[in-house]
Amino acid sequence: MDFNSHNRREFLQLLGTGVGGVVFASGLGQLSGCATTRSKTQTAEDFYFVQLSDTHWGFKGPPNPEADMTLKNTVERVNALERQPDFIVFTGDLTHTTDDADVRRKRMAEFKQIVDGLKVKPVRFMAGEHDASLDAGKAYQEFFGELHYSFDHKGVHFVVIDNVSDPSASIGEAQLGWLRSDLQKLDAQQPIVVLTHRPLFGLYPQWDWTTKDGDAAIAVLQNYQNVTVFYGHIHQEHHFKTGQIEHHSAKSLIFPLPAPGSQPKRAPVPWDPANPNKGLGFRGIDAQAGRAYQLSEFSIGKA
Amino acid sequence: MAVSWVRCLVVVLLISFPALAANQAPSAAGEQVIKVTAKRFEYSPSVITVKVNTPVVLEFTSLDRTHGFAVPDLKLEAEIKSGETTRVRFVPDKVGKFAFHCNIFCGSGHEDMSGEIVVTN
Repeated sequence: MDFNSHNRREFLQLLGTGVGGVVFASGLGQLSGCATTRSKTQTAEDFYFVQLSDTHWGFKGPPNPEADMTLKNTVERVNALERQPDFIVFTGDLTHTTDDADVRRKRMAEFKQIVDGLKVKPVRFMAGEHDASLDAGKAYQEFFGELHYSFDHKGVHFVVIDNVSDPSASIGEAQLGWLRSDLQKLDAQQPIVVLTHRPLFGLYPQWDWTTKDGDAAIAVLQNYQNVTVFYGHIHQEHHFKTGQIEHHSAKSLIFPLPAPGSQPKRAPVPWDPANPNKGLGFRGIDAQAGRAYQLSEFSIGKA
Repeated sequence: MAVSWVRCLVVVLLISFPALAANQAPSAAGEQVIKVTAKRFEYSPSVITVKVNTPVVLEFTSLDRTHGFAVPDLKLEAEIKSGETTRVRFVPDKVGKFAFHCNIFCGSGHEDMSGEIVVTN
């Protein structure tokens, strides 16, 4: 199966022709949006949450000369949203990696101090490979807690899967066992949202955009009828389905990466001084009672 | 067809028994043996040229830490541990260029650690 051939446009076409949903583009700062296909009968109550991803705090380099301001600007943008979310999630790569354990902790402390400025609480975190792959998540856990966990919110079961603390991008049998156990108590119709960093499916293995044993996680999730995955890692929107499971990647808050396979190397999209926030952004997710999820993409800064 | 079977067998062995990717068997006569070093964040050589339908042995050594080697289009994968020689055997059965990369995160610059296998007639 050629996952890469299914881009966002095709996904939206799929929604329009097959399984329902609406597309919209309106509102403060919204660039685009789409509706997903969750069951119309499962959510007890409407709610809204925000996904931020790949902030890479501590990064310095030509792909984003304003890196020391991007996260701070994003916090202001989220705080200024007309509709405030119930909670906020960060889908990994909170910090940019470093070999120096002290610098790693310093970056995590700085990151945490900045995002403490978010008005909405709680904020849910998960690790990316830049946070956790060099020390098996040791520093990350000191600052942000468990690498994998679950929680419930207004009728939706959220599961955070760690596919980065193993540097070979494996979830591992122990965590897969936990996932089976965590979901075992749920009805097959229970709405489930999975939050993770890397794509669980083989989006583009040539650029390592995959999870080594992601198929095993997907096999567990396929037993449930209303599963949606939100992830990061690839620094751009991407929308895909494996069976009935929807997978939506988010834009980055440091620099965009090219479309999968569109060029020989996965080098960052060059900085555009005339449009410094081009390709950056975050997502609002409207989990509407009795309706589908609606995704809204927000720009940052003055883009 | 026979060549494809051989390649498939090699791939299955590499996936099912990773230790075989680092086996200690000496290179057999007729194999193309290519030594490759890995270090953060590069392979040397980064372009590996081999002949089609001729057995290949890639002999990897790491100069610093554990790295990965993955060629998704050839279904090859290995772990390159520091202090060991990791051998990857395969028989290329089609001409072309096949990208490889490190698939074990090794630090800032990991995303740049890549190369290309060029299979010629």
